[in-house]
Amino acid sequence: MKHARVTHQGVTHDATEQDGQLLLANGQVVAPDAVTWLPPLQPTPRPRTILALGLNYADHAKELEFKAPEEPLVFLKGEGTLIGHRQFTHRPADVKYMHYECELAVVIGKTARNVRRDDAYDFVGGYTVANDYAIRDYLENWYRPNLRVKNRDTCTPLGPWLVDAADVANPMALALQTTVNGKLTQSGNTRDMIFDVPFLVEYFSSFMTLQPGDLILTGTPDGVVDCQPGDVIVTTIESVGDLINTIEAK
Amino acid sequence: MPQGTVYGTLLNFQSEVTHWTARMTEAPYKAPPKAPVLYIKPANTWSASGATIPVPARVPEVEVGATIAMVMGAGGVVAGYVLMNDLSVPHTSFFRPPVKFKCLDGFLGVGSQVLPAAEAVDAASFRLEVRLNGALVQTLDFSQLVRPAAQLLADVGEFMTLRTGDVLMLGCDVLPDGRRPLAKAGDRIDISAPGWGTLTNTLMAEAQ
Repeated sequence: MKHARVTHQGVTHDATEQDGQLLLANGQVVAPDAVTWLPPLQPTPRPRTILALGLNYADHAKELEFKAPEEPLVFLKGEGTLIGHRQFTHRPADVKYMHYECELAVVIGKTARNVRRDDAYDFVGGYTVANDYAIRDYLENWYRPNLRVKNRDTCTPLGPWLVDAADVANPMALALQTTVNGKLTQSGNTRDMIFDVPFLVEYFSSFMTLQPGDLILTGTPDGVVDCQPGDVIVTTIESVGDLINTIEAK
Repeated sequence: MPQGTVYGTLLNFQSEVTHWTARMTEAPYKAPPKAPVLYIKPANTWSASGATIPVPARVPEVEVGATIAMVMGAGGVVAGYVLMNDLSVPHTSFFRPPVKFKCLDGFLGVGSQVLPAAEAVDAASFRLEVRLNGALVQTLDFSQLVRPAAQLLADVGEFMTLRTGDVLMLGCDVLPDGRRPLAKAGDRIDISAPGWGTLTNTLMAEAQ
């Protein structure tokens, strides 16, 4: 099942997908363009942990002139950077290079600590699409990628759907692509991750407890390009969703 | 416990920067940081005052990062201040995000009292004492910040909004030798400052 979280006529609803429409939890059926989309996540009792991978596709590591990491390059993000489907992401006026990153996002389904690789999928609740924007002008070599690059307001669109793990047969073989104004700019497959989803669940849970609703953004492949105000960016992952975002000047 | 995201601040004490100055222009850093260098302490790291904190067997000693943090209210205004004990697995490089060094379960002691912000409260006047098994090992003087509280808030606010309940640490100082105090399993760490009482945590060897 595909789950969403939307605001309709000023009220926030849980919703599910039904024949291309949104079935709200109150039984009402509404069109996808009649709502404001929020990240497809239930509120958590404690602030959500958001882990994100850098350089997790061999080709992207090459593109960025780094050798592939020997262990995951991971950084954290705050919940304040998340926005929903069909929202707007700010591009500062003075920057030269701001790019999208289409990523498979793993949503943890149950408390995970010292999970073995073979059991890892038991702890995954579902999947969604993340667009983990970066503004490379702000990169500095201190805790790189630094938060000024990766934790900006509006710079992590997420959605549209949370797809139940049971409905994604093999998360490690999903086509992934990005279009800018309809033109294909990024194309890859999750099978090319350096550190796959079971590895990541095992690795993180070896030193930190993951809670339901925590996120792992699994990195992006080759093919990132600069985005300008007005550009419409669609990040797509097979069987998971098409996440639409528009750049606006700020 | 915090209601939002907890952000830590690196290199915000003058003596810490002094110890790093020579290395800042070398690889991999190549230049001193321009913007505040932040990191996140996620919810799995939070330990209440009085709690024991597990230390894995592979970690013989942990660094003690005593600090005071701003607790945000609405509209980017500071609602209050809280003591924190930001523990880390010792690491000598600040090049990559320190997740595996700073995000272990329990590795952030959080004081039980929030000192409400008020006009009479000046963060530059804060003084804090760190005791290890009762012996004084460090004092912090928050008049020695690189970015005083208001400046830090402004420079962070340039690129991200701190939301109600978010927390931003003012920074952790170093000892005269450039390191942070070290503690090991069995040690009791007390962090105290006038107005807050004491944040106490005891390290214990993690069960195998």
